[in-house]
Amino acid sequence: MELFSNLATGFAAATTLYNLLFCLAGVMIGTLIGVLPGIGATATIAILLPITYQLEPISSLIMLAGIYYGAQYGGSTTAILINMPGESSAAVTAIDGYQMARNGRAGVALAIAAIGSFVAGTFATLLVAIFAKPLTAIALEFGPAEYFSLMVLGLVFSTALAHGSIVKALGMLLLGLLLSMVGTDLYTGEYRFTLGIDGFADGLEVVAVAVGVFGIAEILRNLENPTSRDLVTRHISSLMPTREDFRAIVGPIVRGTGIGSVLGILPGGGPILAAFASYTIEKRVSNKPGDFGRGAIAGVAGPESANNAGAQTSFIPLLTLGIPANPVLAMLIGAMFIQGIVPGPNVVVEQPTLFWGIIASMWIGNLMLVVLNLPLVGMWVKLLSIPYNVLFPAVMVFCAIGVFSVHSNSYDLIVVSLFGLAGYLLGKIGCEPAPLMLGFILGPMLEENLRRAMTMYRGDPTIFFVRPISAVLMMLALMVLALTLLPNIRRKREEIFQEED
Amino acid sequence: MKARSPDFSNFVCGGFFVIVGLLFTFGSVGLGIGTSVGMGPGYFPLFLSIALILIGIAVLGSAFGSASARPSALAWRGVLFILPAPLVFGLTVRGLGFVPALFITAFLATFASTTMRLPAAVLLSVALTVFSTLVFSYVLGLPYALFGSWLPRL
Repeated sequence: MELFSNLATGFAAATTLYNLLFCLAGVMIGTLIGVLPGIGATATIAILLPITYQLEPISSLIMLAGIYYGAQYGGSTTAILINMPGESSAAVTAIDGYQMARNGRAGVALAIAAIGSFVAGTFATLLVAIFAKPLTAIALEFGPAEYFSLMVLGLVFSTALAHGSIVKALGMLLLGLLLSMVGTDLYTGEYRFTLGIDGFADGLEVVAVAVGVFGIAEILRNLENPTSRDLVTRHISSLMPTREDFRAIVGPIVRGTGIGSVLGILPGGGPILAAFASYTIEKRVSNKPGDFGRGAIAGVAGPESANNAGAQTSFIPLLTLGIPANPVLAMLIGAMFIQGIVPGPNVVVEQPTLFWGIIASMWIGNLMLVVLNLPLVGMWVKLLSIPYNVLFPAVMVFCAIGVFSVHSNSYDLIVVSLFGLAGYLLGKIGCEPAPLMLGFILGPMLEENLRRAMTMYRGDPTIFFVRPISAVLMMLALMVLALTLLPNIRRKREEIFQEED
Repeated sequence: MKARSPDFSNFVCGGFFVIVGLLFTFGSVGLGIGTSVGMGPGYFPLFLSIALILIGIAVLGSAFGSASARPSALAWRGVLFILPAPLVFGLTVRGLGFVPALFITAFLATFASTTMRLPAAVLLSVALTVFSTLVFSYVLGLPYALFGSWLPRL
């Protein structure tokens, strides 16, 4: 079996002492920032990108990936114990997890979250391993027209799945695309929208934009209302779920894993949407829907499995096509570029050790998370007593160092401040930063493929609807757009997102 | 009949999209549009900015449909102290050097919180500076001078 020999290659690469250490570092940092509300995985990875210069490509990617899925674990700890999602994808877990904690079952809730995450992570990692190769083969057939259509589909998905108003999300997406045009035109070398400022000739730095809209804006939001944290820590006594608990979580874990695996692949969706979808479904299939919101065990097991499965399978489009499904993975693309790796279908052919090593490390990382997190839960809880007053200046300082060290360029720090303010103000008027970021990252690829396709096919835009693969992708994109704009579906969608509040 | 005031969020958001769209349209036209076969540097941005203007108009339109709650007040103190912190770091890290720039950045940021007192702010800033210098300069080896050329040599 080719799959097994591939996995063997991967495990061999991922289990060297050096790489195990980076995997451990990644999941520990991930858990840490997951536990602490107000610092997201996107900003953390952006801050840490510069130090990956000095690492082996595989070690740095293993560590950064570990931060991403580690944050999903940590986020649920905070959600359960203080009713505040440490990471946005854990927002749903807070609903029933916190109630379980108040009923004196915090330990069980934490254990169930970890078990669900591990099962889902294992399954989703296997999916990535199985589907990566065939999808890569398809991707190699892609020309510029197909790539363009695929990205359009991805961007449409990202707006359809964004929170709040779809029209505003579309606006943010266009804004992101436009901002990505700032810099030097690839074909003519002309400066575009640089306002005559030299520092913008190379475009706006992705890391700076991400740290601004995700890091700084988040700090500003948190400073609005100094929260009192209602910590339920007095008795995290027994971690061991009862036999009855186990029976109650099998179904939710299986369904959550399935939903998460599918939704994770969709660009723009990822863990957050997966968790919401799973919660909605569990509530619907439950014979005691009234328990939801009062500590239903399925309301923790389902979403936790879903968000972790989604986090894993969102690596599929990145590894096979070089297209990031969400801002965190866009940061990983940045990391690959730093290492001189062009993400896309060629990676599996040219760097099999790297490719399979990352996949294997995901399973190892998930195992580490379960083994480490449950015994260490007390330590993570202690972290929650760090006051925000101390936390946010530290985040500020790390942001500044991180961004500056990418290019040793002071302009990048101006970008951080500008985008921090913009992200904060736009958030206030109901505009989410995720579509902007995705547009910003995909913009250059989108334009390049459009221009190449138009040159190849003599400027005939119908080509996107004539070439079969491209046509299917475009049709899907139009369908999704039409569906989300229909009034009926819109209402449904708003209902789903409303449950977060 | 009294005219209802438009929804604040949508009004501002729509207006913002339209203005940004117009600015980018203006910039794109100046760049050379080209043809669909040989797209100029302004072609794609022009298309995007027109789309953004249309979206902006749609959002503006919806502002007059229904009024919702006004967004919460701005965290002025946060904006005032947090946003300059990275700028100051960027502008001083070469001249003053890594260590003083870190201290100033941290010190500025601490005052974004209303409950921060001076002694605690100094203590925290010193601690952060020491920690970051150790981690980033010594452990990770970032190549920045600890004390820069603006400072007199001892």
